[in-house]
Amino acid sequence: MASALLELTGVSKSFGGVQALRDVDFTLLAGEIHGLAGENGAGKSTLMKIIAGAHGADEGQMKINGQPVRFRSSRDALAAGIGMVHQELSVAPELSVAENVFLGAQPVNRLGIVAWRDMARAAAEQLKNLGLDIDPRARLGDFPIGVQQLVELSRVLFSGARIIILDEPTSALSPPEIERLFSVLSKVKASGRSIVFISHFLDDILKISDEITIFRNGRKVATTPVTAAIDKAWIIERMIGLGREELEESYLGEIRLDSRPEAPVVLATKGLTLAPAYREVSFEARAGEVLGVYGFMGCGQLELARTLFGRLRADHGVMEIAGRPMTLANTTAGKRAGIAYVAESRRAMLFSEEPVFKNVSIAILERLSRWLLKPDRERVIAQAQVKSLDIRPPHIEARLGGLSGGNQQKVALAKWLTHPPRILLLAEPTRGMDVGAKEDVVKIVRALRDQGIAVIVFSTEPETVLSLADRVLVMRKGEIAHEFASEAISKDRLLAAA
Amino acid sequence: MDTQGANASPPARTFRLGDFLRDQLRNIAPFITLLFLVIFFSLASPSFATLDNLENILQQVSVTAIIAVGLTFVILTAEIDLSVAAVANATAIVLTFFTLQPDYVNIANLPMAGPIAIILTLFACCGLGLITAFGVTRIGIPSFIMTLAMMQIGAGISAVLVRGQIAYSVPSLILTLGSKSIGGVPWIIIVAAIFLLVAHLVLTYTRFGRYVYMVGGNREAAEYSGVNVRFIVGAVMVISAMCSGVAGMLGVAYFGSAQQNEFDTFLLDAIAAVVVGGTSLFGGRGGIGNTIVGLFVLGVLNNGLDYVKIDSFLKILIRGVILLIALIVNIYAERLRTARTAGKGA
Repeated sequence: MASALLELTGVSKSFGGVQALRDVDFTLLAGEIHGLAGENGAGKSTLMKIIAGAHGADEGQMKINGQPVRFRSSRDALAAGIGMVHQELSVAPELSVAENVFLGAQPVNRLGIVAWRDMARAAAEQLKNLGLDIDPRARLGDFPIGVQQLVELSRVLFSGARIIILDEPTSALSPPEIERLFSVLSKVKASGRSIVFISHFLDDILKISDEITIFRNGRKVATTPVTAAIDKAWIIERMIGLGREELEESYLGEIRLDSRPEAPVVLATKGLTLAPAYREVSFEARAGEVLGVYGFMGCGQLELARTLFGRLRADHGVMEIAGRPMTLANTTAGKRAGIAYVAESRRAMLFSEEPVFKNVSIAILERLSRWLLKPDRERVIAQAQVKSLDIRPPHIEARLGGLSGGNQQKVALAKWLTHPPRILLLAEPTRGMDVGAKEDVVKIVRALRDQGIAVIVFSTEPETVLSLADRVLVMRKGEIAHEFASEAISKDRLLAAA
Repeated sequence: MDTQGANASPPARTFRLGDFLRDQLRNIAPFITLLFLVIFFSLASPSFATLDNLENILQQVSVTAIIAVGLTFVILTAEIDLSVAAVANATAIVLTFFTLQPDYVNIANLPMAGPIAIILTLFACCGLGLITAFGVTRIGIPSFIMTLAMMQIGAGISAVLVRGQIAYSVPSLILTLGSKSIGGVPWIIIVAAIFLLVAHLVLTYTRFGRYVYMVGGNREAAEYSGVNVRFIVGAVMVISAMCSGVAGMLGVAYFGSAQQNEFDTFLLDAIAAVVVGGTSLFGGRGGIGNTIVGLFVLGVLNNGLDYVKIDSFLKILIRGVILLIALIVNIYAERLRTARTAGKGA
């Protein structure tokens, strides 16, 4: 039996009243790969940030090789041999491969000058050990993302890390790249180091991990060695919980999707591609239907949404609105084509220094007049929207930045509703909202759908998609992987498809 | 239903002096500065606070005012135009190029009738503005760098056309507007006042003006609201070039001659007027009202320093210090606001 390299006992952490971790024990053995699974917000990232020194725990103890440790920063953690590779790589694409391997720790000669030749040689050797035979003097940005990731991994290894935390390492990788990553990880493991592997991709976790820990709502619900009896369904069951303590219990059961294949197609895409975000996306959205697009973070859905509004330009592929091919030069063209877009971040949608009424009217000013503003009309319209969406406080002159998140989200919706669009694109419409505000948004979206608007909801949260959609597309790594229409759907089936 | 919303409402209703002052810092500070300067110079010199001198001050800031009008649009969208003085200079010299010069002036000359010369000159400076707009919005060169290049191009046009000489003649219309008076009021003051008034009306009462503020306030949100951000940014660059061009043409008449580097001090003066007045360098806040106060601060300072015994070389340093203080206040005003937003917002 291998010895425990890292041991955490009774760790708890809360952020402003929200309990992110409750009394969690976690043990990492020397020379093992330990997979972590759990939904967004289940606590796995918080735990890893505590281990990597980015957060301090409220309670609990951490031991490395039996010695109690306490980190004040990620520098402390790195000094103790803990390194992390984030989903968003922190490489310098303009620098050479070798410089990236040695970033922040370039070898220097006696005069304090960087020893370029030594550096290149050491980097090449280091990378070869990982099975990567590339020119260390080449610009890193010219290599595919999988190579960049391995270079970052080798930097963490080279800095002397014995424990390596990988956050969503496979989300941007193609199958052969995943194979290569896994063979590298096996080599790292064989050298006696330990790896924590966090991922939404359960097949990947099952394939590479020796042991799996599953989180739910800030608690550790299971730790088990990976055996033949452990499969994807087993993990999903524990991730979403069979008990009834969860808030959104209704989504644990089956939901009947009610798509409307007879309704007219308002928006259609054929082979839409924007490398590297998404590829060959073809789908149809119908009038009076809410189409959900679900996928993990980074699966390309947000880029797709922005392309549909004219904010990004696709490399190739066709987009048709009401049967007519359209190329949107900018968001103004998108708006003119009858498309409305509510971005995933309220900061990107709203003018926090301006009063509510100006935020409501900004998207429809050209409909009110050609040249001169009509502030009275703006106020009347804003007042009507504030009333119908129950925005609080109901003052149209109030500075938007003073409103709560849920009310700001309603304002972001309100600006498109005075002249309802043909197509409404909603990115993460209920992110970070309390239950009441979520229900309000669901009601508003249903009402818009019933007016005949084609609504498309883009989300990484299964609950959001399940509560709103009549039909669901699942995106995985830039491609549409599955479609659920007119059938029973449940959270576990949705997760299994992604 | 939403308790957070209910909590957020009281500050909107009750008046709090602290919050008000913090919000209005950018508007109040320039005004206090102006008041302080006027009182100081009035006490220092009895001939400062006279009606004659007020006219002096107004006349002295008129050219700066016309340039600052265009620059106000640019800074409101969170861009910058460093080419204003060079474009003014180039336009001034293009105007003299199209006007018949006296025999003893040995420069390139292509005489036209006055109105045609004026129209061609306006086209020329509009062209410079369009080039800047193209570079910033289509090619994506940051306005700071693009207008730096345009500054050099403007200086180059000036240099090539006058070749170190001085030109004197301008069309009679420009001569009148730049150097004559009507009923004792110099035309140039009236022109500057009209520019300020029209710009204020455009910014306050037109759709375009609202877009200018919104693009400056949150460019991303403007884009996601279907506002054509590129068009707005391009338009303000052209407006800025046109204002600079008019200021340059009138400047020739006002100064009585056109030569290279004649307008060099106007770049700093115009930026200073806008920023000292309290228009946010981050865009979206401020306006022509602020610019007017800024112009007065600058005008009173430049003029008043002549009334007190002070080393004329020291004046340059004093202006630099005043500008620095205004920048500090500008940044702090922004920080206080955002701190308040962060404290209360989402």
